[in-house]
Amino acid sequence: MTDLGTIVASPLEEVAPPRGQHGAAAWFLWIARRLGLAVLTLWLVSILVFLATAALGDPIRAILGRDYNANPGRVAELEKLLNADASIFSRYFDWLGGLLTGDLGTSLASGRPVSELISGPVQNSAMLVFLAAIVMIPVSFLIAMISVHYRRRRPDTVIQTVLLAIAGLPEFVIGVLLLALLATTVFKVFPAVTISSPTGHPWDNWKVMVLPTLTLVLWVSPYVSRIVRASLLEVIDSEYVELARLKGIPEGVVMRKHALLNAIVPGIQVIALQLAFLAGGVVVVETLFSYPGIGLQLVDSVRNHDVQVVQALSMIIASVYVVVNLIADLLSILLTPRARTAISS
Amino acid sequence: MTATSSSDAAPVEKKGGLVVEDLSVLLTGKDIDVVNDIDLVLKPGEVVGLVGESGSGKTTVGTSLLNYSRAGAYIGSGRVLLEGRDILSMKWQEVRQVRGEEIAYVPQDPASALNPAIRIGKQIVELLELRGIGTKESRLQGARDGLAEVGLPSDDEFLSRYAHQLSGGQVQRVALAMAFLPKPKVLVLDEPTTGLDVTTQAMVLETMAELCRTHGVSALYVTHDLAVVANIADRVAVMYAGQIAELGPKEAMFRSPSHPYTRALLDSIPHLSHARALTGIPGRTPAPGARPSGCRFNDRCAYAVDACRKDVPELREIAPDHQVRCIRAGEIGTWDISRGVVPDADPDRKRDIILSIDNLNIFYGRKHVVHNVSFDLAKAEVIALVGESGSGKTTISRSVGGLHKDWTGTITFDGDVLAKSARQRDATNRKRLQYIFQNPYLSLNPRLTIEQIVKRPMELFGIASGKEATDRVVELLDQVALGPRMLKYQASRLSGGERQRVAIARALAAEPDVLICDEITSALDVSVQGSIVALLEGLRKQRGISMLFVTHNLALVRSIGSGVQILKAGRVVESGSVVTVMETPKEEYTRNLLSKSPRID
Repeated sequence: MTDLGTIVASPLEEVAPPRGQHGAAAWFLWIARRLGLAVLTLWLVSILVFLATAALGDPIRAILGRDYNANPGRVAELEKLLNADASIFSRYFDWLGGLLTGDLGTSLASGRPVSELISGPVQNSAMLVFLAAIVMIPVSFLIAMISVHYRRRRPDTVIQTVLLAIAGLPEFVIGVLLLALLATTVFKVFPAVTISSPTGHPWDNWKVMVLPTLTLVLWVSPYVSRIVRASLLEVIDSEYVELARLKGIPEGVVMRKHALLNAIVPGIQVIALQLAFLAGGVVVVETLFSYPGIGLQLVDSVRNHDVQVVQALSMIIASVYVVVNLIADLLSILLTPRARTAISS
Repeated sequence: MTATSSSDAAPVEKKGGLVVEDLSVLLTGKDIDVVNDIDLVLKPGEVVGLVGESGSGKTTVGTSLLNYSRAGAYIGSGRVLLEGRDILSMKWQEVRQVRGEEIAYVPQDPASALNPAIRIGKQIVELLELRGIGTKESRLQGARDGLAEVGLPSDDEFLSRYAHQLSGGQVQRVALAMAFLPKPKVLVLDEPTTGLDVTTQAMVLETMAELCRTHGVSALYVTHDLAVVANIADRVAVMYAGQIAELGPKEAMFRSPSHPYTRALLDSIPHLSHARALTGIPGRTPAPGARPSGCRFNDRCAYAVDACRKDVPELREIAPDHQVRCIRAGEIGTWDISRGVVPDADPDRKRDIILSIDNLNIFYGRKHVVHNVSFDLAKAEVIALVGESGSGKTTISRSVGGLHKDWTGTITFDGDVLAKSARQRDATNRKRLQYIFQNPYLSLNPRLTIEQIVKRPMELFGIASGKEATDRVVELLDQVALGPRMLKYQASRLSGGERQRVAIARALAAEPDVLICDEITSALDVSVQGSIVALLEGLRKQRGISMLFVTHNLALVRSIGSGVQILKAGRVVESGSVVTVMETPKEEYTRNLLSKSPRID
């Protein structure tokens, strides 16, 4: 063993630098930077939202329509409410200040505070998206893993064809098909519309949630599943998976620990995009099932020119996008050792 | 586990060792064999080298010993007997049990074969943990002992690293430690040192040999490098086109190789002790399905007769333990290792300087990577830049070629002081100084035809155009030993060696005076390297082209170079004529490089 001693001491061997001593500080800096960027993004969004809803054109004329000329009293009232005399900058900063202090303004259409008006729909939509996510994530990964297991053989082809067909269907078609199948024509198991009391939540009756959730899951999981399958296939072909098999690791462990762990990151990114997309894109589904969520609320408010509500909902949807993507980035980095160690050292 | 169940012909020892009988691997759905008729015995504690060029099926044989074949292929027939048990006819549960614990595998490129998301400490003990062998503490202790045995730190900090936080040599030794931990009886190593520096390679090989000796493990060492095999193997099997061409004890294989292919391979390998006129093997290795009938080497063999084309020759014993698959073995004369030795380049020859580099300092941003390098290059001369990875040899060549511009100092080319980047240099200087890249798979545009690729410099520098240019392309292709039928091929249809020849033809199309060759043979098989070196030597003699030859292979330098610059960490540690530096090295560093280089002479 003496010659091994010389091996240890070999001066030529480069040694990777030890991991950073200031890991915590580096992480703090990184997160601070990302949060700063997120705030900046939201600020830019707020300008765009404000410009699009309040500053361009004349909201009062839009609200009143033909009544504009006939009803000068109402015009004056609205001008006062909207503070239309002030410059666009002061109106913007008033609004922004309100947003930051939690005062979302007053609904023009109903005269009630916006926060009170939207809190119900926001909760309802959040619940719907949350349920969809909880079902969609494991289902998509499971389908992807089954598909990879049978790769390029018949079961895989069948799964991929079905997924592509579902992905090609507009969500309202999926919804209508589900309605016909499970609510109206074939089986009459679940209610076709959401009956919600003004005080309670729609999910007080769990059956109400099934069809909207199922529609969202069917709508979104094909994308996630296909992406996860693609990255799993790439990983399955890698040399470390081959080595794990040659090492005698059972196939299940190879899939879970060696393959999935490395294939999960693209999946996380696409899940984040889909979730963010759902937050703003549930309109059709909510309309179809008359589900009292933000989609329905947003459509109503736009129709009524209820500027304040539209602004508040737009900002909420934008925030969901930013936050979900921030979380996805953070998770991706935590799950990729190379990226993780690059930050902490 | 009775001995009667095993083969009657093979000399099976009951404890340890492995016997492969009549193994064949076929392509799924096509019934074309990748390898066939493989018979091999690994005695306990013995290292057998399995040598072959790309496409010979050596890795396929290696993984077959673990009853594993890559997607698209399956094991068609044969037996792999471990202590009398046939691994190929076991149920998969049993096979899985054998893998790792009894037969372990060390992968080709551990940098990509270690899982990037699992800490190495966990990866090393993973198998034992899954099989429930030992306790948590005993496994951890085993991992620490294993790492210490391969000369790595074994503290918690090291165990909690990821693969990307290790250097190439460290990763390779982690893979070794991992394979040894379950105390296997047989080890399959698949080119485990490809891509490592000579010093790191020597270290890994020593470690491996030491481990095999101390634990009595038999090993199959799969490689394309005969020189490595000469240093570690007890017996050597040479594979060609899916069959074993020759098999015998190491000494016999290098002293009296009897298959024309083995001889041709040995002829293409440079020696450390002498300059040699290297030769390649004409043609290319046939792919599965495109192999000739009869002897598979017959279309490239200088000794082939009609009988060679008729029947596949059997492996026959020509000396104790020495088998050859050639019907003419014994008729084709003897072979001598010093065949092809030529005199070294004369250190006192008259030199007519064409390129001189004075006080070159190179930077990457704020990082100073090359310090005060000065040397010159005469007409029809080859100066080799030698060093380990990170020594700055490629950086120097890129700066001379004008591909990296962050440098200071003077580079004078035939009286002109060269500008820093190729863009600022005038057309004449650009034309006269051509660069050939390491990886021919990346340096040729896959969408262009060979004709377009080679024609481009002529059009660019106004040397020729139209019909005249096409004629010149044919001429150039002929010079690099490629036929005119290649003209309309796209680069993607060519093999690595053919691509590198196209890259050389492209450089020659500009009618250069100096070629900068950046590791141009390191991605190629030895026989292809031999023919490329022969080609360059011809160009140097006939056209008086000078070359700056970047390499890490000192033996190659001996055969091709006249002067050498030994680099370490961006500085020249020793320089002079090849014969002086290699015969009487003054620096410890040079001596170390020379002693660690694998050699067959």
